[in-house]
Amino acid sequence: MALLRRFVRHPGAVVGAVALILVIATALLAPVLFPGSPWDMAGAPFAPPGEDGMLLGTDSLGRDLAAGIAYGARVSLLVGIVATVVSILIGVALGATAGYLGGIVDDAVMRFTEFFQTIPSFVLAILLVAIFTPSITSIVVAIAIVSWPPVARVVRAEFLSLRNREFVQAAEVLGKRPISIVLTDILPNALSPIIVLASLNTASAILLESSLSFLGLGDPNLMTWGFLIGTGRSVIQIAWWMSVFPGVAIFITVLALNLIGEGLSDALNPRLRKRGER
Amino acid sequence: MELSRLPGFLLRRVLKSIVVVLAIVVCNFFLIHAAPGDPATVMAGQSGAADPAYMEQLRRQFGLDQPLTTQLWIYLKGVLQLDLGYSHRQQAGVAGLIADRLPATLLLTGAAFLIAIAGGVAMGALAARRVGTWADSVITVVALAFYATPLFWVGLMLVLLFSVTLEWLPGFGMSDPGLNATGLALALDVAKHLVLPAVTLGLFYLAVYARLTRATMLEVADQDFVKTARAKGVPEGRVLRAHILRNALLPVITFAGIQAGQLVGGSILVETVFAWPGIGRLAFEALLARDYGVLMGVFFVTSVVVVVFNLLTDLLYALVDPRVEVA
Amino acid sequence: MSTLLSVEGLTVGLPPGGDRPNAIEDITLTVAPGEILCVVGESGSGKSMTANAAMGLLPPGLPVRSGRILFQGEDLLAKPREEMRKLRGSRLAMIFQEPMTALNPLMRVGDQIAEALRVHGAAADAARRVPELLAAVNLPDPERLARSYPFRLSGGQRQRVMIAMALALEPALLIADEPTTALDVTTQMQILKLIREVQGRRGTGVMFITHDFGVVAEIADRVAVMQRGRIVESGPASQVLNAPQHDYTKALIAAVPHGTPAERPPVEPGAPILALKGVRKTYHRGGGWFGKGQSFQAVHDADITLNPGETLGIVGESGSGKSTLARAVVRLVRPEEGEILFHGTDLRPLSREAWKPFRRQIQMVFQDPYASLNPRRSVGEAIAEGPITHGTPRAQALGRARELLRLVQLDPGAMDRYPHEFSGGQRQRIGLARALAMEPELLIADEPVSALDVSVQAQVLALLADIRKRLGLTMLFITHDLRVAAEICDRVAVMQRGAIVEQGPTAAVFASPAHPYTRALLDSIPGRGWTPPPRERPHFP
Repeated sequence: MALLRRFVRHPGAVVGAVALILVIATALLAPVLFPGSPWDMAGAPFAPPGEDGMLLGTDSLGRDLAAGIAYGARVSLLVGIVATVVSILIGVALGATAGYLGGIVDDAVMRFTEFFQTIPSFVLAILLVAIFTPSITSIVVAIAIVSWPPVARVVRAEFLSLRNREFVQAAEVLGKRPISIVLTDILPNALSPIIVLASLNTASAILLESSLSFLGLGDPNLMTWGFLIGTGRSVIQIAWWMSVFPGVAIFITVLALNLIGEGLSDALNPRLRKRGER
Repeated sequence: MELSRLPGFLLRRVLKSIVVVLAIVVCNFFLIHAAPGDPATVMAGQSGAADPAYMEQLRRQFGLDQPLTTQLWIYLKGVLQLDLGYSHRQQAGVAGLIADRLPATLLLTGAAFLIAIAGGVAMGALAARRVGTWADSVITVVALAFYATPLFWVGLMLVLLFSVTLEWLPGFGMSDPGLNATGLALALDVAKHLVLPAVTLGLFYLAVYARLTRATMLEVADQDFVKTARAKGVPEGRVLRAHILRNALLPVITFAGIQAGQLVGGSILVETVFAWPGIGRLAFEALLARDYGVLMGVFFVTSVVVVVFNLLTDLLYALVDPRVEVA
Repeated sequence: MSTLLSVEGLTVGLPPGGDRPNAIEDITLTVAPGEILCVVGESGSGKSMTANAAMGLLPPGLPVRSGRILFQGEDLLAKPREEMRKLRGSRLAMIFQEPMTALNPLMRVGDQIAEALRVHGAAADAARRVPELLAAVNLPDPERLARSYPFRLSGGQRQRVMIAMALALEPALLIADEPTTALDVTTQMQILKLIREVQGRRGTGVMFITHDFGVVAEIADRVAVMQRGRIVESGPASQVLNAPQHDYTKALIAAVPHGTPAERPPVEPGAPILALKGVRKTYHRGGGWFGKGQSFQAVHDADITLNPGETLGIVGESGSGKSTLARAVVRLVRPEEGEILFHGTDLRPLSREAWKPFRRQIQMVFQDPYASLNPRRSVGEAIAEGPITHGTPRAQALGRARELLRLVQLDPGAMDRYPHEFSGGQRQRIGLARALAMEPELLIADEPVSALDVSVQAQVLALLADIRKRLGLTMLFITHDLRVAAEICDRVAVMQRGAIVEQGPTAAVFASPAHPYTRALLDSIPGRGWTPPPRERPHFP
């Protein structure tokens, strides 16, 4: 409750939460707002916004841009959330193992993580999606594979410091089993940064997905924001709206998630908040 | 770190880098094998599928009839001799293709990196110094906005504004072929073409550095030695530069190393938008043609570039922070 | 008598929402040239705030509500910022509590001292003065030390550098904010002597902030006692120390553990509960894939036996291996050699599973009250957790937890509350209850009172002594504080660099130490020449 109050005191976070709720609502209501497929012709080609009954205009094949954006929201959110969940699971598992066990295991896991952080993640993602043929699954897997390392690092650092805290040592002296120490003593106290990271990771996963589909690596059966911008790119001189509006959609969604992440970070860590206010 | 320890440190870091590069090669090898279809099909892509003789040649080249370890050895040997394969589509060696395009990419990413680090640190320092004022708020909001904008979209919007509408700057290519310029004139032309792509690529990372610098400066400002400096009467400007900023730059250096890979990755998007003739553009073309051999070559070369850059940042860090290698 | 510094009716506010309206209220004190004034108080008393106000280094958001700070007759509060900056470091200087973090890690030590000279226009002298100053604070090889980075120096050395820096321009007033609190006793004594020496040589006035009456007895000419932002008593040191007037001062002085241990009846030598033989623990540091690491023996040659019902104190400075030894007994640290015999069973080679039954019999109390309780678990759960893990039915364990809270003098209503709602002393009681819930025979107490204010320290020590007697506990008591050891231990073992150099009955060791290190430790007890007045209210004729 106190947490919620601290979160609400952060104006940016509230704006972000409202914006995200709107995006989610659009995604959920897409079939109601725009019955019929977003791939179908709905008006004259290249109709500017507002004309021909098209709120945001049409593309070169007369498809409704607004419908495309609404359906694109579903893909972006789905990919963002699923990829984040997967990357958090990988990151927590590896980071917790490394941080709790320490020693050689820690060394090995951290070298592995460093390796993944060194290689250019976007290039790897392109390669993965291209080789395994673009589909929603390969995209989610590729994004998860390139976004777990920061999670692993943060979780490891938290575990490493919590592991040596006296209350964890006390639990050990009481004779608790390691698995129960990890689950009841360490993990609950490491949750705050994981939650914050989850919201920031969702934002970057959405950016990554849009970048991939901009390059033509989106799921060919799904309408996405990056795909819309990709088709608008070559006709930017005659139909600016085709590139502008999907970009605004990405911008709003990603900004909302970042704002929420910052709000959560401040709310979960009051000490830092005070410093920021001074 | 003391200079006397530098050679040993350098040697260890170079060895570590070599291990990383080898791991990347192995990673590439297994990617080829993990793909659906046999490696020859993957490497030839759609282009070579129709040519049975070429396929046969590829299979022999990979030693596909031999055990996996032998195949790995053949592949490793090839890469170490800088043989990154042959692009049937482009009728040229992959290594040569990449070498031709690499300078353009290095120019673009280098310029973007300078914009990002100089602008980001300056903005972050200013925001931290004026924390809580309107200047801080403006910088924070701007940084947050750039942080949330897709690179390729920023590129398109800049083209729309400065090329299409205002016609101030060229939006495509690296130089004007009609100009036939040489020497200084060519350099100027390239510089003009460089502005929009470099700014596009730089803005996102500028936001990242600004946020990081602001946060670490506020953190360092709370530390005891800053109070010591004030207690001995050091003027505020010098406290900021010599004590706070210098310590706050350490995490920025670390981060610059970590995100070098992202910068190179981002150049694929920017080069695609601006038709900049670098390896990013090459990768995009290979992607359209399903020319995976080239794509893997790009992955390998960009990884090596990042490893080298990491080596440099580590070296810089070690020179700045005396505690390295002792703690 | 001329005054150097005179604080008159100073009141500094706190931001709204604090536990009191003002950080300090109506503070009046003076420091004369060549005099050491000790400002004493417990944490949160506002003693540091007074020092910061005099330096013009109050954190933003804390307004000066009223009062004047006259330094050589000029009001510091009325000075423009730039004027004040010029005074800082040249006429007024300050040293801090944490030597480990008080120096810029990226700047050479010599450069940091030179900076103090340079910003006050004395750059030309720097090359000559820096080694001089380092030599003046008794640092070896000043030329080389000046070129070192702070991380190469020990805490004591860093504090000397801080003092050299503070004295660079021969200030008239030195403000020392708990400068020895983070140091070991022997180092503390050296730094106290150093401060006295340089202060006496130059006639510097010193305002010395401390929480430790031993330090006061060691160094003070005059004393001001602070409580909750106010000065409750001040006067010459001998008067405040030996005939305190205010109740708070009396309580504080009464809480100081006595330096001289009482004679205790020797414990019947029976079969020992615990015996450590040839235990050795080596730590390896550094050394990755290509580098070679260093190793360091944390514990070796530390044989002890513990008889039923007795309290053995392990005394030593930081890094002596005393905590490693304690942790080895409960398998938080795994020694590579030796025997840890508990009722004759060697615990060292046992697996985690085989160890489990012994968890009931050996328990531990930790040092840091803020880190030793899981912040996300209620007090009742924390206490009942151990027995539940060992198969006690939940309801029974929770009922027992309620009784234990009463035993450690806390309200059983605390069961459902969370650790952050309690003070340090209360948390330490909760930690004790958690250990007692297992009904152990042997209790390991690792510096259980060193993080507490002196008045709270006395209460927790009394509680420990009482519970030990009532439950017939055997105790291994780790401490760096000889006065605490004297108060609670039947026998003491003195540790230095991983080895026990001397052990014996407490009174005997204190009266006639055999080992030179023990003698050095005893000589370093601050205020050892001062015997606190009797605890009862003195009778006046």
